[in-house]
Order: sequence, then structure tokens, then C-alpha cells
Amino acid sequence: MKVRGGLAAIALLCFVGTAWAQAGGDLSVGRKMLLEDNPGELWIDKGKALFHEKRGPKKASLEQCDFGMGPGKLEGAAAKLPRYFPDVDKVQDLESRLVTCMVQLQGFKRDDVEKKAISPSRSAGSDVEALALYITSRSNGMKVNVTLSHQKEYDVYKAGEYLFYRRAGQTDFACVQCHGEANKRIRLQDLLHMTNKDGAGEVASTWPAYRGAHYVVRTMQWRLYDCFWQMRLPDLDYGSDVSIALTTYLNHSGNGTIIKVPGFKR
Amino acid sequence: MAEPMKIRATVQGDMADVRILMMHPMETGQRKNSKGDLVPAHFIKHVVVTHNGKTVLDAEWTQAISRNPFLGIRVKGAKAGDKIAVTWTDNKGDKRTDEVAVATGS
Repeated sequence: MKVRGGLAAIALLCFVGTAWAQAGGDLSVGRKMLLEDNPGELWIDKGKALFHEKRGPKKASLEQCDFGMGPGKLEGAAAKLPRYFPDVDKVQDLESRLVTCMVQLQGFKRDDVEKKAISPSRSAGSDVEALALYITSRSNGMKVNVTLSHQKEYDVYKAGEYLFYRRAGQTDFACVQCHGEANKRIRLQDLLHMTNKDGAGEVASTWPAYRGAHYVVRTMQWRLYDCFWQMRLPDLDYGSDVSIALTTYLNHSGNGTIIKVPGFKR
Repeated sequence: MAEPMKIRATVQGDMADVRILMMHPMETGQRKNSKGDLVPAHFIKHVVVTHNGKTVLDAEWTQAISRNPFLGIRVKGAKAGDKIAVTWTDNKGDKRTDEVAVATGS
């Protein structure tokens, strides 16, 4: 009797397993439909206007901001980020670079910009979110291409790889535990398999994205911040070295994927 | 504060496929902010779509429509180059009109 009960339980588990897998499949169909009419597109024009507008205490636009291709050159710039910037002697991702420009060129206070960078849900969104989306959208259709040609870029990449696999915090939790295998999910959300090229490519090519339940555009910095929160780790500082290391590791792993932003997340 | 709409109109056979994205808070008037005060209702009440100046859709909307709404319609008889204009009016009297020319389909 005992054995039979055990078999029945196993059979039941298998059945539940397939039912979930099918549910996941249906969701991805729905997401594809949403992608065609992505409200995130509304933020692109907003970001463009903000980029060219003279703002801040110094009444300057961001047209002189160098994202690695020369001042104001945005075509394909986001595809190569994060990268090393000699003027600050650091590896920076898109958002930390953007904050640097807003501070240096426009005279905004760093604390203010970083505090407002991640907007509340159901708000009109932050300037940084709109700008990050506009700048990344200028790399649409291009391949992610993070080169590790500078020693510091390589070091940051290695640090990111280490952090991705390292267990930390009160729940002894690492990124790889959720993102190291195919077909995993948290509740009904499919989790990306980031040690696989396609999974990492999706990370590298779809942020910033419109987050349906928040009604605003979210960025990679937000994604990492929220992952850290879900893992019960200390709050991730905006534009911190840890966040840039993880972004460098993931984007480099996703090299070759074609950028298509805004993405659409549930 | 009315932000521009994104309108895409493409010919599909004998009609045009029109897809409209609007940016609007669409507050229901039921939600409370972090201080516990009611957030006043703010939503699109009236949407009009015209094809070369002739009204093809006249809709009354309520709070039930989502934030940043999407509206998709098909306009019969629209040809490439025809003008599709969309106007929304919200309960605060705010108004926005955007216009596009219908593009040839693929």
C-alpha cells in the first residue's frame, strides 16, 4: 500500500509539472502580443526631449555627454556598455554614465538624481528611466557587443561572474540558484537561464522595459535592485560597483543578441 | 501635461489597422496615496477617431480602462496616405489630438 501511495504521488507531481509548463507557454504567447503595442514606446520621445533640453543648474543639454562613441554619439553606444571611461577611471554602465553626465554637464546633485532614478509605481516615471530608454533605443537592431579590452573591464567582468555564483545574505542565496537552469520559474514567472547564451542575451537586449504591473519603464539597475530585495540582501545602491559588475558579466554573456527596447515585462 | 500619443496606421487589405497608445494616469478616484488620502479621479472620458475628417469612432470611456491605454481599431475603406486623427478629452478638460497618415502595409 505504501509503495502504491508513493507512485500515485509521483504520478500526480508529473501531471502538475506538465500543467505548469503549459501555463508558462501560454503566458509567453500573451507577452509576444503585448510586445507589439508596448506602452514603453511613449517614453522614447520623452527621453529624446529630455536629452536635448537645456536643464539643470548649468542650463545645459546632454548633447556633450560621451557614452563611449564620442560626445553626443548615441548610435550603437548602449550596445557596448558597460565599458571603461578614462575621465572617471572607472567602468560604467549606461545609467551610471548618464548620472555622471547629469552631474558634470548639467550640475544636478548626484544624491538627488540617484534618489529619483527609480520612480514609484503608477507615476509618470523618472527622467533617468526615459533617458536610458531613449539612449538604448538608438542601438535597436544592433548586436550587444561588450568587449573586455581594458584590464579594468576584465576585472569588473570577473567580479560580476564571482558575484553571480556567490551565495550571500540571510538566506544564503546566489543569482545562479534561480538563473542557472532552464525552465525554472518563480510563481508563474519564467526565470531566465542566464548561464546560457540565449538567456543572458535576453537580459542584455530587453532593458529598459515597460513593466506592466508598475505602469512605468524600468531599467537594469531596477531589475538588479529588485533581485537583491527578493534575495533579502542589503539594498543595492544605484549605480554601485556591484550592480555594474553584474551588468558587465550578464551583458558580455549575452554578446551577439540583437537589441530591441523597450522590452515588455509582465 | 498631455503627452503625445503613438499612432500606427497600416493598410491591410481593404482596411487600415490602427493602433493607438496613449499616456494617461487613468486614476479611478478609488486609490489612496501613501498618506491615506484619496487620489482624485483623472481619466479619459471621450475618444474620437476620424478618417479624413469623418468620425469613425466616438467612445465614452470610464475609470475601468487601464493606465497608459492601448486602443486598436480597423478602419474600413482607408487607403495609404489617408489621415487618421485621434482626440481624447479627460474629466479635467485636458485634451490631446494627434494625426498620422496611413502607411502602406507590408
